[in-house]
Amino acid sequence: MSVMTYRDALNQALREEMLRDDRVFLMGEEVAEYDGAYKVSRGLLKEFGPKRIVDTPIAELGFTGIGVGAAMVGLRPVIEMMTWNFALLAIDEIVNTAAKIRYMSGGQIGCPIVFRGPGGAALQLGAQHSQSFESWYSHIPGLKVVMPATPADAKGLLKAAIRDDNPVVFIEGEMLYNNKGEVPEGEYLTPLGTADIKRAGTDVTIVSHGKTVAVALKAAEQLAAEGVNAEVIDLRTIRPLDTATILGSVSRTNRCVVVEEGWQFAGVGAQVVDLIQREIFDALDAPVLRVTGADVPMPYNKHLEKAAKADPAKVIAAAKQVLYLP
Amino acid sequence: MAASTKPARKPASPDTAALHRQYLRQMLLIRRFEEKTGEAYSLGKIGGFCHLYIGQEAVAVGSIAALRPDDYITSAYREHGQALTRGITSRAVMAELFGKATGCSHGKGGSMHLFDAKLGFLGGHGIVGSHIPIAAGAAFAIKYKGGNQVSVCYFGEAAANIGAFHEALNMASLWDLPAIFICENNGYGMGTAVARASAVQSLSTRGNAYDMPAEMVDGQDVLVVREAMDRAVKRAREESKPTLLEIRTYRYVGHSMSDAAHGTYRTKDEVEEYRRRDPIKLLADRMRGEGTLDDAGWEALEAEVKAEVDDAYTFAEESPEPDPSQLYADVYAESGEAKS
Repeated sequence: MSVMTYRDALNQALREEMLRDDRVFLMGEEVAEYDGAYKVSRGLLKEFGPKRIVDTPIAELGFTGIGVGAAMVGLRPVIEMMTWNFALLAIDEIVNTAAKIRYMSGGQIGCPIVFRGPGGAALQLGAQHSQSFESWYSHIPGLKVVMPATPADAKGLLKAAIRDDNPVVFIEGEMLYNNKGEVPEGEYLTPLGTADIKRAGTDVTIVSHGKTVAVALKAAEQLAAEGVNAEVIDLRTIRPLDTATILGSVSRTNRCVVVEEGWQFAGVGAQVVDLIQREIFDALDAPVLRVTGADVPMPYNKHLEKAAKADPAKVIAAAKQVLYLP
Repeated sequence: MAASTKPARKPASPDTAALHRQYLRQMLLIRRFEEKTGEAYSLGKIGGFCHLYIGQEAVAVGSIAALRPDDYITSAYREHGQALTRGITSRAVMAELFGKATGCSHGKGGSMHLFDAKLGFLGGHGIVGSHIPIAAGAAFAIKYKGGNQVSVCYFGEAAANIGAFHEALNMASLWDLPAIFICENNGYGMGTAVARASAVQSLSTRGNAYDMPAEMVDGQDVLVVREAMDRAVKRAREESKPTLLEIRTYRYVGHSMSDAAHGTYRTKDEVEEYRRRDPIKLLADRMRGEGTLDDAGWEALEAEVKAEVDDAYTFAEESPEPDPSQLYADVYAESGEAKS
């Protein structure tokens, strides 16, 4: 094991996959000469040259479509979104073309492509730069949606995403890039569609993904001090959803809280709650509760912003509620 | 000077005569195929949206004639003509329109989503302008792999007003991609005349904005289209440079099956006026002038095409529906190196 940042883990994944397969290239705004808006692609231009590390104009729709077209004829593009907020300009190519081309063509033409970049809120970036769109993409058949929370998962999942023959929406986090963690030595892949139990527990299951994994773990730590042993699941992949891990955990704990950064209406948590009530209704000792971002555009003011975000206190309150604790 | 007929043209060489006959046959096939499609639609054999190519035949035929089998074609939703000309069989196209398992997209695409991977036919796209970057992406891949194919994109003039067009042309020129952007200017985006939608009437001038060679081409004369396309293909194949071709044409029929040919946004007289320069008639007259087509030849061609279209219709009608299990097939790749 070596300790590295989430950013460097992603960089290693890109580098290893580019060395392994010359069909893999990285395209996006500022990925080459600037070394990446968030430095994820640092050093890659120097190593691989401008043919494979491609700076684009600010034209999300255009370069995303170019990536999709290149994937349709045999390349394996990685398209960097400077942030997922800007990908709204490109969502037509992701949803209308990438996700559907295999189906519409009767299986003749695939689209092995990764769209990646940071999603969710950082600090005081305001309403247009602080949004979580994983529920949008996971709504779409044909797409896979991946959200790594740790450096080790970031590396293993990105490598697996690049090798996957389907279009993969890969959502990172601005606030995660500097986080350090242990990363296994050597080659490894983290299969898409597998959740991870980040903390084993017996009393309540907290389902989380992306940045909220850290929120859930912090809540679990504080709950432990109060005698509650919480289990924390990191979904890692939103679509396909690892239903077995969720159902297995809740079958043991009989109580569940689902946390996410995004808005509550039709959010990822709604799907998790639907799954649990449909499959293991009788195992539940309390209604499943959700902790989400506030149902508002993100305010700029730091106090208001803090109030809008899912945090450990809100998770603890929800956990106590499903445990009927004061 | 006697006010008689124009002098007979120089006799065509056997090769040229064969080529002209091929173009004539391809255009006539599209015409009769589309007429049959219209008929099948009104009988309820074909569902959904359906956009006919009648009047625009010379664009597909003249341009695709200049391509190699390993080149790529990406089109919009008025693509039956390009699909047939590229070599997707009449049977496979008609069966697709009928939604049958034997269709070129196995019944899951329909009129707007015709595909044939082996022929480099990358669709059949239903969102206006969206496929222009896709075609640029195929051109990017050609260059990336060091090949000398070309990637051709067909779109209507209305698509030249959407952002995807501008973004794709900018990057295609910036990166010297071997792409040919064919703007089929038929005068109307649905019911909106060019003059009511575009600040410039001559869309080929938009090439200037991206330092891209561009031409305005008479889209009713298949030979003129072929020549312009030859220049564009040479530029793409030999110099890896893109071209914008604005090919002026006209659709005789409505935008889709629910739109009358005339009466709302255009007059009957206007349609009749354009019909006088019908692409099929234009080539047939030329061939008659050159002595390579006579009444018997024309009748034989008509009979041959009719037989092909009738056969396609019968084939489509008799073909099986997709198996119900196909509903969930091909949403995701079955295998990947990292299957999950």
